[in-house]
Amino acid sequence: MDLTFSESERAFRDELRAWLDSYDPGSEPAGDEDAHYAWRRDFQRALADGGWAAVHWPVEYGGRGATIMESAIFFEELARAGAPLPANVLGLLLAGPTIMSWGTAEQKDRFLAPILTAEEIWCQGFSEPDAGSDLASLKTRAIRDGNGWLISGQKVWTSGAQYSKWCMLLARTDPDAPKHKGLSYFLLDMEQEGVQVRPLRQITGESEFNELFIDGAVASDGQLLGGLGNGWKVALTTLMNERAGLAFFLQVRLRQLLDALSAEVAAAGMLDDSGVAERLGEVHLRAEVLRLTAYRGLTATEKYGQPGPEGSLTKWMWSQTNQQLTELAAQLLGSSALRAADRWAYELLRARGNSIEGGTTEVLKNIVAERVLGLPRAH
Amino acid sequence: MRFELSDDHREIGRVARELLAVRAPMSALHEVAVTGEYDGALWGEMVSLGWPGIAIAEKHGGQGLGAIGLAVLLEELGYACAAAPLLSTATAAAAIQAYGAEEHRARWLPGLAAGETTAGIGSRDLAADADGAAVAVLIDGDRAELVPAPATEPFRSIDPARRFATVRGDGEPLAAGAADLVRAAIAAELVGICQRALDMTVAYVKERSQFGVPVGSFQAVSHRCAEMLLHTESARSAAYFAAWAADADRERLREASALASAAAAEAGRLVTGSAIQAHGGIGFTWEADVHWLYKRAQLDIAMLGGARRHLIALGRIAGERAAAR
Ligand SMILES: Cc1cc2nc3c(=O)[nH]c(=O)nc-3n(C[C@H](O)[C@H](O)[C@H](O)COP(=O)(O)OP(=O)(O)OC[C@H]3O[C@@H](n4cnc5c(N)ncnc54)[C@H](O)[C@@H]3O)c2cc1C
Repeated sequence: MDLTFSESERAFRDELRAWLDSYDPGSEPAGDEDAHYAWRRDFQRALADGGWAAVHWPVEYGGRGATIMESAIFFEELARAGAPLPANVLGLLLAGPTIMSWGTAEQKDRFLAPILTAEEIWCQGFSEPDAGSDLASLKTRAIRDGNGWLISGQKVWTSGAQYSKWCMLLARTDPDAPKHKGLSYFLLDMEQEGVQVRPLRQITGESEFNELFIDGAVASDGQLLGGLGNGWKVALTTLMNERAGLAFFLQVRLRQLLDALSAEVAAAGMLDDSGVAERLGEVHLRAEVLRLTAYRGLTATEKYGQPGPEGSLTKWMWSQTNQQLTELAAQLLGSSALRAADRWAYELLRARGNSIEGGTTEVLKNIVAERVLGLPRAH
Repeated sequence: MRFELSDDHREIGRVARELLAVRAPMSALHEVAVTGEYDGALWGEMVSLGWPGIAIAEKHGGQGLGAIGLAVLLEELGYACAAAPLLSTATAAAAIQAYGAEEHRARWLPGLAAGETTAGIGSRDLAADADGAAVAVLIDGDRAELVPAPATEPFRSIDPARRFATVRGDGEPLAAGAADLVRAAIAAELVGICQRALDMTVAYVKERSQFGVPVGSFQAVSHRCAEMLLHTESARSAAYFAAWAADADRERLREASALASAAAAEAGRLVTGSAIQAHGGIGFTWEADVHWLYKRAQLDIAMLGGARRHLIALGRIAGERAAAR
């Protein structure tokens, strides 16, 4: 057991810090979602120019071939520097690794490089109006048409679809097969007649996510990933990367938020009140335990390869802690934290999505019970 | 950064798990509960394996495996819920080794390592195995003291498989940090207690059927088990961090030990209580062994001083750190 960074890990961190110090992202655009997105895109381009866009990708695909631990350091440093989340986060963390796992040489050649530079943004088209937690029951159909595929159906909650060139699309290719077997995973071009994107307004007032109306959209065989009828397995690769990889970044962001709250509470002299100290201590405890557990998970992933179902545990811990933290902020900071433009007001509302996005907490508990503890399937 | 036990530490845990499963089954606790006496032969085996001196330096006759070695061993002690003065002796010895004066070490450690003497651990009001001990290490908040030949008044607690007493007599202070080390060790035992409660519960709810299906297929039950896992793993992450800090980064021990104490106190309460609930009526009987875990957890949590004081300390640490930025 060694909880310090090794010499090479420290060198990696210092080099990155120096780069981050030299990059000035400018001030975060407020109020305008498109300007905000453009700001994140600029940041990712700069990262790509500096060779920092996808440190965890192998060198042959334009990454740095960084170890898992170095990727963790990367996200820690990004959060510490107050840097934006790179625009193409779903491409970098979900689509890229899924294509590397399942793609043909041609697919890797075609799709990976533009992910790095944020030239082509990706979104994830899994959920449908009638298929959320029960994802495998999805109805979007892909029908054989000559040498390609014709796709029709509806997707919902598709984050970032308005900026996306490509969509990780799960569709049914065989309606007669058992529900998990009849699915295929497409790399769908969003820039075509057959795909319409309509923004949905969230409880925060913004529109991160969208509805997708797909009507006779086309895809070629070269856009089928991982083989016909294998979509469920490919989708699981995406979901595992989502719960394990993204969670690490978010866990670091949570720490930043907690530091901000702690500073405000300390400055207001509120920590003399042991009741306040106790409640802040509770969130501090959860945030630290999450960080430690995430590092245990990374060590295990480093040793055994793919992230395991334990990622569900950290995703669940993260969403719970972020909700507890933002609610504590609202309670301790009083009405100022509830003004529409206040940062804490936004965080409070946004946190409600945490226990729904990427698998609801109830579904994650099912996964933990069945896959980690080996309990019989719930009903 | 490598957050996992080394092969050597894992091996200590494996050996302890196997030995205790055979030599200290929970069925043996029924007799201890009647006689109030530990099994001397079991303690003899622990001594012959060098367990009391796991964290004592080789120079004083121990194994020199540090706080991590101690944590791994105590986790297994908790898992077995074994009746033996091991938590007390090995932890007191670790505290004297790391935070005692040289004369303390020379005077107490060789005897403890050799199993010729035992030690007590806890506080003035609640000391485990202090009766008949050569020395006791007692904590009170951030302070720790060493009481030679403690004068004791034994009492029966709700955990009949561990011997408790109150302690009188003069003490000599141990250096700052000793109390944190002691709590980190108790937290490690609690992790094992939780793991056992979880394992027993998972096994039971797979077997037990109602309404024609295993009760573990009801979400109210399976989600409870998932919560038990979450708390157990949280406590484990914090306990290992504290053990590591005790060995490798003492500046972080205060915070790490508060994290471990608070996480273990919370987990111990929730996980062992949940175990009884998930066992139904059987879980409420003296015969089914889940209650030993609940009881030991309650006493361990009391020795930690409960969760609240640690949470308050952590809140203030978070505030100080953020303000210093
Ligand atoms: C901010 C945000 C961003 C998102 N981004 C994307 C995206 O980019 N791409 C995408 O494909 N999807 C996205 N989603 C969708 C998300 O994955 C789904 O909302 C989620 O999987 C839940 O599905 P649902 O909304 O249909 O809820 P339902 O499945 O209808 O669930 C309703 C309630 O029932 C509970 N429930 C359902 N099944 C069970 C069960 N078996 N056991 C116990 N309880 C159960 C749920 O926990 C929930 O509380 C996003 C969601 C949010 C909030």
